[in-house]
Amino acid sequence: MKKIEVLGTGCKKCVNTADQIQAVADELGIEVKVEKVTDPGTIMGYKVMSTPGVAIDGNLVHSGSVPNHDKIKTLLKE
Amino acid sequence: MLEVFTWLADWLIYGFASLDPESKLGTSLHFFVEDTTKIFALLVVMIYIIALARASLDLGRVRHYIQQKNRFAGYGLGAGFGAITPFCSCSSIPLFLGFTSAGIPLGITMAFLFTSPIINEVAVIMLWSLLGWEFTLVYVVIGMAVGIGGGMILDILKGERWLKDFAAKAYQQAAETPHNEDSLPEAKTLTLKDRHVFARDELKEIVGRIWKWVIIGVGLGAALHGFVPDSWFAENLGSGQWWNVPVAVLAGLPLYSNATAVIPVMESLILKGLPVGTTLAFCMSTVAASFPEFIMLKQVMQWRLLGIIFVILLANFMVVGWLINLLSPWLFSGTLT
Repeated sequence: MKKIEVLGTGCKKCVNTADQIQAVADELGIEVKVEKVTDPGTIMGYKVMSTPGVAIDGNLVHSGSVPNHDKIKTLLKE
Repeated sequence: MLEVFTWLADWLIYGFASLDPESKLGTSLHFFVEDTTKIFALLVVMIYIIALARASLDLGRVRHYIQQKNRFAGYGLGAGFGAITPFCSCSSIPLFLGFTSAGIPLGITMAFLFTSPIINEVAVIMLWSLLGWEFTLVYVVIGMAVGIGGGMILDILKGERWLKDFAAKAYQQAAETPHNEDSLPEAKTLTLKDRHVFARDELKEIVGRIWKWVIIGVGLGAALHGFVPDSWFAENLGSGQWWNVPVAVLAGLPLYSNATAVIPVMESLILKGLPVGTTLAFCMSTVAASFPEFIMLKQVMQWRLLGIIFVILLANFMVVGWLINLLSPWLFSGTLT
């Protein structure tokens, strides 16, 4: 099971990102645990400057926008 | 070229709807139609073009660039990048920490964050179309000055003493280690198609976010324009006494708004004869000193620092108001009235 963290201080885009990742994962039948991380210290730890950011199993894979459908697919399949 | 929108409003309101140009409703609706059509047309075209150019702007590179410069150039760059970087208030905390943990002084980071809400492409486009280029230029210069001045004062006061512990630690660590190790992040190479996709998404995102503010702002401006008599402001709010400016700044505080909604109101206030400096002070206070933003910064700052920043901002707005009122006979000789 993949642990996915959506990094962001709680704006609408972050909620969107989390929802979409969950939706794509369901579609692909990949088991994931999507978590929203709002703690500034943790976000700083990932060196993310523009949110939303996405980390899979502790590795930052995306930041700065709501990833689109295809991008999420590629990220989840890796 | 922009007269097209005046003609459109003439035709729609005075011609098609045959409202009386002398009536309150007629003037208000005319103002509303002219401004909304003009603003939306310009926004769509300009946001797209600007986004095409901005697609390759990367915060990591911006940070690197600011880091390399000496402190004084840093304030200007901080404010400059704050103006051109697309900014969403929900990114302010990660950005703050990203800059701080790279050893960029608090004042420079705050110069970025002060300027960001005041100056952005939407504000500039609207000002330009509604109030002309002289006014836009003054607005941009003032916005930058508020950011640069505010940042410098913070550093003179050694504001970093009052950061939250984890942020202060990150700043200290960065200051102790030489930062030549973080080399310039690779520039994104973008094809024209990538840029188009970025610009299209950006356009959708920005217009989706601001359209209602434009309507609200222009609606308010139109109501002011048509229904408040020209002499009302001069009679009730004074006309240029020194205390008008602080009153305007304080009045703007609880009105949390963004530049998009405030600019059409600003147009109306100036047309009604409110002095330009007083109007600017009022608008900057509604746009830049907003409580939701401040509460967010609480995550990385102690109350004391937050309080100081607040006072610095308010003081800056008042200085701006007084200064512009004093200078306006020379700045806008006849262009606005």
